[in-house]
Amino acid sequence: MQATTYAPHHAHAHEAHHADQGFWRTYIFSTDHKVIGIQYGLTALCFLLFGFFLMLMMRWQIAHPGEAVPLVGPLLNALLGDVAAKGIMSPDLYNSFGAMHGTIMVFLAIVPLAVGAYGNYLVPLQIGANDMAFPKLNMMSYQVYFLGGIIMFVSFFIPGGAAQSGWTSYPPLSMAVPTDGQTFWLIGMVFLITSSLLGSVNILATIIQLRAPGLTWMRLPFFVWAQFTASFLLLLAFPPLEAAGVMQLMDKVAGTSFFLPTGLAVGGNLANVSGGGSPLLWQHLFWFLAHPEVYVLILPAMGIIAEIIANNTRKPLWGYRSLVYGALAIGFISFLVWAHHMYLTGMGTKIATFFQTTTMIISIPSVIILTCLLISLWGGSIRFNTPMLFALAFLPMFGIGGLTGLPLGFSVSDIHLHDTYYVIGHFHYVVAPGTIFALFAGIYFWFPKLTGRRMSEYWGKVHFWGSLLFMNLVFMPMFIQGMAGMLRRMSDGAVQYSELKLQGVSGALSSTVIGLNNFILWGAVGLALAQIPFIINLFWSIKHGEEVHSDNPWEATTLDWQTPTPPPHGNFLTPPSVYRGPYEYSVPGAARDFVPQNEPQKKA
Amino acid sequence: MEIPYTVQARPDTGVYNAKVGMWLFLASEVMLFGGLFSSYILLRVSALEGTWPTGLLSVPLGTINTIILALSAITTLLAWVACKARMFDRFKLFQGLTILLAIIFLGIKSYEYRDKFTHYELVLKSGEIADGHLVRREANGDVVLHGHTVKEHAELMNGRKHVEHRELTIPKDQIVRMQNYGPWHNTFLATYFTMSGLHALHILGGIVVMGYLWGPGSRMWKTDPERFTNRVEVSGLFWHFVDLVWIFLFPTFYLI
Repeated sequence: MQATTYAPHHAHAHEAHHADQGFWRTYIFSTDHKVIGIQYGLTALCFLLFGFFLMLMMRWQIAHPGEAVPLVGPLLNALLGDVAAKGIMSPDLYNSFGAMHGTIMVFLAIVPLAVGAYGNYLVPLQIGANDMAFPKLNMMSYQVYFLGGIIMFVSFFIPGGAAQSGWTSYPPLSMAVPTDGQTFWLIGMVFLITSSLLGSVNILATIIQLRAPGLTWMRLPFFVWAQFTASFLLLLAFPPLEAAGVMQLMDKVAGTSFFLPTGLAVGGNLANVSGGGSPLLWQHLFWFLAHPEVYVLILPAMGIIAEIIANNTRKPLWGYRSLVYGALAIGFISFLVWAHHMYLTGMGTKIATFFQTTTMIISIPSVIILTCLLISLWGGSIRFNTPMLFALAFLPMFGIGGLTGLPLGFSVSDIHLHDTYYVIGHFHYVVAPGTIFALFAGIYFWFPKLTGRRMSEYWGKVHFWGSLLFMNLVFMPMFIQGMAGMLRRMSDGAVQYSELKLQGVSGALSSTVIGLNNFILWGAVGLALAQIPFIINLFWSIKHGEEVHSDNPWEATTLDWQTPTPPPHGNFLTPPSVYRGPYEYSVPGAARDFVPQNEPQKKA
Repeated sequence: MEIPYTVQARPDTGVYNAKVGMWLFLASEVMLFGGLFSSYILLRVSALEGTWPTGLLSVPLGTINTIILALSAITTLLAWVACKARMFDRFKLFQGLTILLAIIFLGIKSYEYRDKFTHYELVLKSGEIADGHLVRREANGDVVLHGHTVKEHAELMNGRKHVEHRELTIPKDQIVRMQNYGPWHNTFLATYFTMSGLHALHILGGIVVMGYLWGPGSRMWKTDPERFTNRVEVSGLFWHFVDLVWIFLFPTFYLI
């Protein structure tokens, strides 16, 4: 029961198909998984840059509180009005930028890039399918995501501005802040969650149903397993947050009190609510999603890294089965750890012990995966190209992110570190030099398949070394600030708790700790500059990059490289069959140092 | 370009694509309603003494609606069986009946909602509470209720206790606070309206999909009956899930 018709193969098959359907059906309302993947990718990269700019402005405010933001200050004032009077960021504006930075980075940038773009583009190719299982649904999930993004973006410009209560939106604070931005945030989230649900159903059904003949579960590339697990997490962890989002929306627009306790006072007055709700209920529902979400961010990244490491060490991944079972174990256990974000809520020691135990247990499969990837390097003749550099940097960077998480997993140490810059440093090491490096690696790696050209290696390396250096300059000092007790989410960069304001008070933050704010600012500026070569390289190489003369320029084994370049509508010229595992590199006795999955076994 | 296994089952998994998709979607729906039911439990066990009303909803109406949905579960199954047996007229009949039953369910549900929205609680200057259905508002602002008055708010929490209702006229200047039994009134009603409302949206979605398959979508019967039968089966799976949610909603809100 394979597909019967395939696009003809000639150099312009892609363009020919485009001409058939016209601009709108080809680029905007396309049902082709590759076009949708690129749509996700470009939209998410724009949001990634936007989220980064928000943070850049905030870093200025933290280092120079009360001083006008350079360059963009007048623009902020013109666009947003009094909250940025004279170009100075008000605390309210700082709060909305902070809340939206988190929301945009997690829900509009990283997840859509890791799952929406990579999952959509690569999963059907790697499993030898001609498209996703439900192409129309696929188109819809992108559109719903885009709409959710628009709603979030528009909320900056309404009176009162965007949501101000952190990406976590804890009530009652989120109810008390006088802006409709929170309502926009909730409606936007319902859209984004719906999009994620549709997308994950599609990816799962595709992996279950459309694997090419011979592609058994244990022959799947690890990337596909990572997407499979991440999609299951999205499918099962997101709905409780959707329920919570609906309830908070009801609190906001229908006057219910799901999360508002009896006797709640706002601004010194008793709030006019029926009461009886529970603010803690929101935290439970939020973290029930948001912890598995962390693994949605990291698993696809590990999948990308695994592909690139196997390809550039020219040897099979070490411990393929351990990787697969590790990913599945992470997926399962991630549902049992959420309350380690809530040690400060006064939970009983028995409950805290349970969540400390599960948190320690989940670190085991993470370490197994990282160790497998590390050992895979052993004895390889490594090709140090740009994707491989990013992949290699991922390992220690994610390692730092993971290990600094352990003190947060124990309630004793977490009580000191909770809500400090230590936490910010920890999860940014996981996501920024961790996941984002993996996403960069993937872009450099699969660019030749998308365009038939390579990105510049030289500028790729400039981008890599700049990013690696400045990422660490930005995030490493945060551990020091956090351990010194500097709290997050403070629009004055904690000056009010420093020696500058509290002379002779024991425990006041030293001027060294405060001084690191300026250090981080310039690290962030450097990080911004380091992205310029990437952006130019990305667009310039589409037309002017070095042309590749093979459909498989990296000499890879997986099916995504056994297609024409770029893959036409329908992907494969003939339905592929799979005869071997995903990483048959340097097989003794083979003619070349790689054997593609679709190459038949020789009769003995 | 054709995607495999849209009609025939894949041999090693034993199902066609849409069925896998629907089961996965239903798994996420279980988590959605699971989150809501968990919230209900948490809010109810942490409610202060005398703030959680019981017996506020009409058990007879709830029972009738339960029976209606149970019947529609049977008719939706028979509609699929008729497709399998290639009897198009019987499919039309049973699919039509399912949609009709679903619409009756929503009709009864709206009647119940209206009953709550016209039910008022008035806190009076004397400290007493007048509670009952709004009969009319006089031109001078006085309020006429069909209900009763109580001394303590907690007395209103048992809806099953029989109390004499009579027509009360409450002068405008006696009213401190007047609020109807909407979702804003208390946490019980908040959970009731949110969860039954979300369920009603699912019913509405079911009506749209099954109506499409009954009407314009049934043209596929002539071209690809096997695929059409699959569509009926998948929409039936969804419908059974919606019924199942109600089986949990009914005791939760009406009985306990």
